[in-house]
Amino acid sequence: MWRRVFALTVKEFLALLKDKKSRLVVFVPPLVQLLVFGYAATFDLKNVPFAVYNEDNGSASRELLARFRGSRHFTEVATIPNEGEISGIINRQEALLVVHIGPEFSRNLLKGLTGSVQVIIDGRNSNTAMLALNYLRTIVNEFNRMWIEQSGGAGPPAYLVTRAWFNPNLESRWFIVPGIIGLLTLVVTTLVTALSVAREREQGTFDQLLVTPIRPVEILIGKSLPGFFIGLAEATVIILATVFWFEIPLRGNVLTLYTGAILFILSAIGIGLMISSLAITQQQGLLGAFLFLVPAVILSGFTTPIANMPPFLQDLTLLNPLRYFMVILRGVFLEGKPFHMLINQFWPMAMIGVANLTIAGWLFRHRLY
Amino acid sequence: MKDKSGQGRPVETQRATGRMRLRGLVRKEFLQILRDPSSIAIAFLMPVLLLFLFGYGVSLDAEHVPVGIVIEKPDQDTSRFIGSFSQSRYFEPVILFSMPEAVQALEAGTVDAVIHLRQNFSKNLNASRDAPVQVIVNGVDANTARIVSGYIEGAWIRWLGHEAKAAGTDLKIPVQLEQRVWFNSELRSRNYLIPGLIAIIMTLIGALLTAMVMAREWERGTMEALMVTPVAQREILLGKLIPYFTLGMGGMALSVLMAIFLFDVPLRGSVFVLFAASSLFLLTALGMGLLISILAKNQFVAGQAAIIVTFLPAFILSGFIFDINSMPVPIQIMTHLIAARYFVAILQTIFLAGDVWSVIAWNALALVIMSTVFLGVSRRKFRKRLE
Repeated sequence: MWRRVFALTVKEFLALLKDKKSRLVVFVPPLVQLLVFGYAATFDLKNVPFAVYNEDNGSASRELLARFRGSRHFTEVATIPNEGEISGIINRQEALLVVHIGPEFSRNLLKGLTGSVQVIIDGRNSNTAMLALNYLRTIVNEFNRMWIEQSGGAGPPAYLVTRAWFNPNLESRWFIVPGIIGLLTLVVTTLVTALSVAREREQGTFDQLLVTPIRPVEILIGKSLPGFFIGLAEATVIILATVFWFEIPLRGNVLTLYTGAILFILSAIGIGLMISSLAITQQQGLLGAFLFLVPAVILSGFTTPIANMPPFLQDLTLLNPLRYFMVILRGVFLEGKPFHMLINQFWPMAMIGVANLTIAGWLFRHRLY
Repeated sequence: MKDKSGQGRPVETQRATGRMRLRGLVRKEFLQILRDPSSIAIAFLMPVLLLFLFGYGVSLDAEHVPVGIVIEKPDQDTSRFIGSFSQSRYFEPVILFSMPEAVQALEAGTVDAVIHLRQNFSKNLNASRDAPVQVIVNGVDANTARIVSGYIEGAWIRWLGHEAKAAGTDLKIPVQLEQRVWFNSELRSRNYLIPGLIAIIMTLIGALLTAMVMAREWERGTMEALMVTPVAQREILLGKLIPYFTLGMGGMALSVLMAIFLFDVPLRGSVFVLFAASSLFLLTALGMGLLISILAKNQFVAGQAAIIVTFLPAFILSGFIFDINSMPVPIQIMTHLIAARYFVAILQTIFLAGDVWSVIAWNALALVIMSTVFLGVSRRKFRKRLE
């Protein structure tokens, strides 16, 4: 049996890698994407363009503005002489926000009253707006603390001391890059397997395969192994790049990580082969892979948290193997989670893999056309 | 007027037969679409399904965040403090009784943040001494962690205000921020994510539709069969573009209707500008698909390429969810090659801000250039492939 499986595996590898262009699309894009996305996918704001409309000429407003200008999160792009220009500069997206300081600002502060600073912000991208407001608020809070200290007044009766665990500087790259490992492994593994049976069906060679002494189980294994090895190799390269290039801390155990990776690749192969055995043409196979991949990426918690979804979608994500792998990746990398705390992520992936592989094997025989 | 090539047929008739051939090609393509429902599925089913899933699934609005509150010594002061958290829809307070328990909950992921009120909290508070409140957030998801700590700060300021009022004084804060959010005053992330999603979905559909269809004709050899007929190359390309353009615009219309009526995204610009911008973008996406299919030899490569160069870059590099200004400069330059980037900017502006010409004109110009390049290069490569 193993000789037949081996022969089939070799044949599958050849079919996949013989063509130069196929070889190219399997290996090059994932690595390029890792580099580009690793740098591009960040929620941390840098150089937010802002404009200033300052009606006050006291020292307090100058000092506050100096703090805004000094922050690496903000870059001043314009000074506005009158109120009428605010709407233009925001509409044209030249500045994300305008800081407006009224004429009484410094006088009020010196009198011990509250001086208000108006911020007009472009809400077209509400997440960016919310984060920019948070940064501004932090700067203002620091200013307030200093002002109270200098004027010798009493501060607020209680204050917050906030610390972030697992990711002390709250760098979103630490969150996104481990996620990319799962994302790219899924895309490659699914695509490699999803077209493997469909291609043979379209060319008629699958029938020939079925009439040889090779049993369906052996076909299944022979079709799975190339995807498995390519997926695993790709995952390994990306994991190495994550650790050594992006310098994301790997705090947990490598074996735990690979247990997750292997189960995840198995489940991806299962889904890929199932799509492939349902499809008659390659176009259908590709469409199927697509209809699975796109939602699987978006509903995995890769960029937006699953907890923000409505309940029925949260339940639907339970069928998505990427969802579990995301938890494992981030758990092992950032939190150093041990094996036993991740068992609840391991078994659903194993179930998804086994179920899909079984159905795919059954379909090989029972769906001829 | 006769032409001099010796065929002796009036140009008028030639044009007429050209139109006829084109009509025939378009008809053939439509018939093929109707008989193999997978193209219709790509054009209509996919936008509906994807927009439905993503419209509900992609949200950055964290609500009912589970926050563990550890109170070492419960009394009136602490319960007033908790009160400011339990009234908010942003929090789901979970009362815990010790820090080890809280740490465990944080590690297991059952709470996203822990607020720790020490034993001497109310003593310090009443003695007007500094009463530090320890806050720990789970930083794994940095974006959510930032939003949550912003919420906690807001609740804290609200509590300070209540305390000051109860004591009969005003809360003394030197500088107060007054925020005015334009275009999206409730900061609903759906309002900007849905227009962005439409751009991504249309990228997918446009590129997939043509990439797969053309690659299939090459693979089956029917393209060569078409070539030996008197049909001109321009007509073959047009014959492919027209039906899929129509299909794509149908999908686009469906998506816009869903955005407005299902997801309540306001449409502040004009429908005409939206239509014009969408046509431009769809041409670009179709051109991209066409080029991929001509360059790729088979469906496997064409399909792979369509996914790799369309969906993921459109998702990550278009400014749909990640801010382009915050990316490193080389990557910012790279985003200029992503057609979806321009369409995302146009859509977010038309939907939320209105017809702001200075934004729309520049981005539309970029789309015109991109579509011309894609279609022009396709036409050249198309000719070459024959040899």
